[in-house]
Amino acid sequence: MNNTEAPAVMPVKYFSRGTKVLFGIALVGMAAYVYRLLFGIGAATNLDDQYPWGIWIAIDVASGVALAAGGFTTAALAEIFHKEKYHVIVRPALLTAMLGYTFVVIGLLADLGRYYNVWHPMLPSMWQGNSVLFEVGMCVMVYLSVLYIEFLPIVVERFKGRVNLPGPLHVFNRLFESVLTISDAFLSRFIFLFIIAGVVLSCLHQSSLGTLMVIAPTKMHPLWYTSISPLLFLLSAIAVGFPMVIFESILASRSFKLKPELPVLSSIARYTPVLLGVYLALKIGDLTIREAWPYVFEGSVQSYMYAIELLLGVVAPIVLLSMSRVRNSVKGLFVSASLVIFGVALNRINVFLVAYKPLYPVKTYFPSIFEILVTVGLISMLVLVYRFVVVNFPVITVPNGHVLNAAVQPERTSVVNINRIVR
Amino acid sequence: MGITRRDFFKLSAAGSASLMAGEALASDGAQTALNPNSLGVLVDTVACIGCRKCEWACNDANALPTQDLKAFEDKSVFARHRRPDAGAYTVVNQFSDPRDPSKKYSMKIQCMHCNRPACASACIVGALQKTPEGPVVYDAWKCIGCRYCMVACPFQIPAYEYDNALNPQVRKCTFCATRLSQEGKKPACVAICPNEALTFGKREDLLIAAHSRINASPEKYVDHVYGETEAGGTGWLYLAGADFNNTELPKLTATVIPNLTETIQHGVFKSFVPPLALYGLLGLIMHSLRAEKNGKEESRHE
Ligand code: SF4
Ligand code: SF4
Repeated sequence: MNNTEAPAVMPVKYFSRGTKVLFGIALVGMAAYVYRLLFGIGAATNLDDQYPWGIWIAIDVASGVALAAGGFTTAALAEIFHKEKYHVIVRPALLTAMLGYTFVVIGLLADLGRYYNVWHPMLPSMWQGNSVLFEVGMCVMVYLSVLYIEFLPIVVERFKGRVNLPGPLHVFNRLFESVLTISDAFLSRFIFLFIIAGVVLSCLHQSSLGTLMVIAPTKMHPLWYTSISPLLFLLSAIAVGFPMVIFESILASRSFKLKPELPVLSSIARYTPVLLGVYLALKIGDLTIREAWPYVFEGSVQSYMYAIELLLGVVAPIVLLSMSRVRNSVKGLFVSASLVIFGVALNRINVFLVAYKPLYPVKTYFPSIFEILVTVGLISMLVLVYRFVVVNFPVITVPNGHVLNAAVQPERTSVVNINRIVR
Repeated sequence: MGITRRDFFKLSAAGSASLMAGEALASDGAQTALNPNSLGVLVDTVACIGCRKCEWACNDANALPTQDLKAFEDKSVFARHRRPDAGAYTVVNQFSDPRDPSKKYSMKIQCMHCNRPACASACIVGALQKTPEGPVVYDAWKCIGCRYCMVACPFQIPAYEYDNALNPQVRKCTFCATRLSQEGKKPACVAICPNEALTFGKREDLLIAAHSRINASPEKYVDHVYGETEAGGTGWLYLAGADFNNTELPKLTATVIPNLTETIQHGVFKSFVPPLALYGLLGLIMHSLRAEKNGKEESRHE
């Protein structure tokens, strides 16, 4: 084994018991998705004229975007602020963001009544600079492309000098090789432009997601209706970035039987109480200025959800992660990170669903079985694709001196392995 | 607010003159008054007899699912408050005077054709537009079906064709925009109203008419023209004999709803300066820290 740490492909079988279960869930989810496409939103969801948005927007899109924020926070820390030791988490965070946003778009397509028009905001004749949604849409679209560009070096690294297409396709080997060489030369010089762009674009649309509901003052519960909502969204997205990296890194190390990168993870966990603290201070200050405290105690569903969001999702992890004992234990980190993730996801659900009070409700909204199946299916699919990528591309760094499970040789791994086209 | 006009999105959109017109109207806010010739309708709920002929005329004019005119005489529908939906752009509801519950008023509900429509400000592709003539119109061809307009509308008017799998549309009163473009035609509902509960005309004139009706018979009307200021003003205006709080029209302040988001939006994007400044700042940090790091590494090698 090499002494310097470098990302490697994970030499494990793609299929495990867990993967098979996920495949099952993903298949059912896909069936629900197809049902939506064939029979329409009315048949597949519980949405109506009173509740135009449901969990596909609140979870798949809004929470999805927030939880993919690890990509830009990590890139900023490691590449812009040059904190070298965090380089080991850049690639996993980037992959999460890339897949996260990809699935955000897939989820969004299910919710769009006229999904085939999704490209319309790109046409200058339909640009609508007054629309918050327009800005979110444009930023997400551009950022998704930036993420794919940022991922290219990993692809190049995997294939450069090793292209070996199967069968008659081998005549293209040379061509592919030169494409890779050119991209490599271009990327190594200009990738920094994309990295900065990614951070700027993220700041823009993470905050704008928070502006969306500001247009509905009479339909929003006062606990969440504030004009600093964009700032709160941005701060909470930044705050959830590292916990998301921690959460995943611990899960991945368990799944691939690696030693968790504890020093790095405890080190980034130090930022979390600070970031969450600022967020909490703003939330409380805002509540005080708006004189909205009485709503916290009004005993409604909204007030309970608000309390859970704040106490469990913000206060608890601040307390936990302020203790070095917690930060230096894998379990402590995992629990605290999960709480932060839960808190931010719940905040998005609260803003887009719980806080939304239609003017003429007939019944309250609860997601249909199809909505739930699609959402759960998409999450499973995301995990499956993630596993596929880390098994085939050098994303995850093996900790120094760690001996990979030698029993499974890369060549012998299953069909879901692209080694055939690599020399 | 002048500076917002120079904002990047709009500069880039300069190629599309029609869009520019729509946006200039949408973004200039209180400063640019509504086109003085903008049209509206005055709904006098005291004069309304609840005959529901307007519902029939609307369905007929817009090719909505309908029945014989006779079927609309059925008053049992008043038992509950109905809402306009994808198959009915307007409905008539009844409410009673709290001081004298035996006294019933009828109220027609439809899109208010706001002066500064939240739906149009929200729409991601400009499928909803306030025309200079007054109607807020919808272009299904542009629409992507995100339903943000439904979230935004303070009157909760736009309805959706949820049951249409392939070609669903946002549905709401069109103010008979195509009829109006023909010389001398009125909206279908106004044309059929037997009791002149609906008056069609320039919004400015309607406001004057509304106030003079109140002044002429203060015992019949509450002194409030709903829509004069609500949500920044609406094209459709209402008169009532009892407090509007008892009707299903929402209680709204004079806040221009789109201003709530547009000020944030245009602040962040002012001539695209803040994003570019952030870009430059991050670039600077990246560069200087890299130089610093390289320096350290070199000294370590020595
Ligand atoms: S009432 Fe609603 S749908 Fe009609 S113009 Fe106003 S915001 Fe748009
Ligand atoms: S549903 Fe259509 S009309 Fe409504 S905001 Fe979305 S794109 Fe615009």
